[in-house]
Amino acid sequence: VNGHLPVGPVTESAEVRPFWDGARAGRLVLPYCPGCARYIWYPRSFCPRCGATEVQWREASGHGVVYSHTTVERGMGAFADVGRYVVVFVELDEGPRILTNLVDCDPDHVVIGAPVRVVFDRGADDAVLLRARLERA
Amino acid sequence: VTALIAGAFEHPARELPGVSVAQVHAEVARGALADAGLEMGDVDAYFCAQDAPGFGGLSMADYLGLHPRFIDTTEAGGASYLSHVGHAAAAIRAGKCSVALITLGGTPRSGGARHGANMRGPEAPEAAFESPYGASVVSLYALAARRHMYEYGTTARQLAQVKVTASEHAAHNERALLRAPVTIDEVLESPMISDPLHRLDCCVVTDGGGALVVVAPEVARHLARPTVRILGHGEAVATTSDGRVDLTRTAAARSGPAAFAEAGVRPADIDYASIYDSFTITVIESIEDLGFCKKGEGGPFVGAGALRAPDGALPVNTDGGGLCNNHPANRGGTTKIVEAVRQLRGEANAELQVPDCELALVHGLGGVVGSRSAGVTLILGRDE
Repeated sequence: VNGHLPVGPVTESAEVRPFWDGARAGRLVLPYCPGCARYIWYPRSFCPRCGATEVQWREASGHGVVYSHTTVERGMGAFADVGRYVVVFVELDEGPRILTNLVDCDPDHVVIGAPVRVVFDRGADDAVLLRARLERA
Repeated sequence: VTALIAGAFEHPARELPGVSVAQVHAEVARGALADAGLEMGDVDAYFCAQDAPGFGGLSMADYLGLHPRFIDTTEAGGASYLSHVGHAAAAIRAGKCSVALITLGGTPRSGGARHGANMRGPEAPEAAFESPYGASVVSLYALAARRHMYEYGTTARQLAQVKVTASEHAAHNERALLRAPVTIDEVLESPMISDPLHRLDCCVVTDGGGALVVVAPEVARHLARPTVRILGHGEAVATTSDGRVDLTRTAAARSGPAAFAEAGVRPADIDYASIYDSFTITVIESIEDLGFCKKGEGGPFVGAGALRAPDGALPVNTDGGGLCNNHPANRGGTTKIVEAVRQLRGEANAELQVPDCELALVHGLGGVVGSRSAGVTLILGRDE
């Protein structure tokens, strides 16, 4: 599968500005609740578990594994002409399971548990989007 | 006070070119009221979800000529109409109304669906983190199916058996969209949509709809047709759990026990079940979470023919379900309730009528597994 899937447009909310600033710098920055000792996904400015209205923004490792995967044979909308592509949940080492695309891979050889790392794809108008690649063996 | 379902109607058509969505709502409203032996003027409560065109329930109330003293527009995807039945029963118990009309209608097959009606807007807080990845509804259920296979050894053939059974049931339903029985191999040879889900692992797209009338006991007493008691109702929401999304356990694990507790019955007491079948995996995860088999054993349970009517361990979706019969407006909740009412009235297709059917369960799964979804469970009983 190619590494050129559509990027955006994505509506970036100021509520989670540190996530987008980090992404633009190539870093995975996530909200973290000190009280729960948990990283929060998807990003928001409070902890939905304990209700704490202050979160820390911490850089995560960007490493994880494939939690589940599927290959979409034919997409719609912006994905209509990209050919087959892979949708995955990545389980980060820090805990959260993130919906994204696995890029630069042979879709017929993706397996649950395969190590991956987060990458950031760039699009028009400075758009940036989190994706994942298989770790090289 | 136990509220009752007095009217249940499934639009006979599966394709309605040139018919407006509002017209579909009106046709099914008339159908359900006629089934109950009531008239539009008797309705004092109105329930609908986002498939109803216009401004919440107000446009349809105006169009239909209703004067409700109770209104509820709970939106829980295809499970909305199960919520509506539960909420109507609670409202009747509280004395807020006595004749509740619930309508569903849409025309996605003819292309008349309002685009975006079921879609979240860019303001949804999750949109920026989920919408850009081309993750179709099928692909999200495929992720659930893949994980279920990984954790429990569920096979593609077991998933396919859900469709095979639905097709065998649909063969007896002259109105079903897909009446031809299919084999496991035919399911597996159908085009892959998003692996491991093939085209025949997916429900149909149909125009049409359905409606229900829920009434107070003092109203039911004067009606000629058999009514169905609403014995239990449970609802729950499964979320992404701040990033610990569970792909193999649905909200049914909470809505089911709540409904069983309210009804005072157990899974083994259920004679017939309507189980939401947007995809084959939806059925397997739901019957596990509802307690009809152990977690992870849904595949072998289904594979052994448990869902076949009339004599399987758990006869399911005797109309052919959303997989073969009807999934109007891309929302399967109402047709699930209608078929359970048919079974409890002894009016299902004769070959598939469960003998002496006293107790039915209806389960709806609205929204999308792997993101946000509602589970709503009803326990219905034959009126004595």
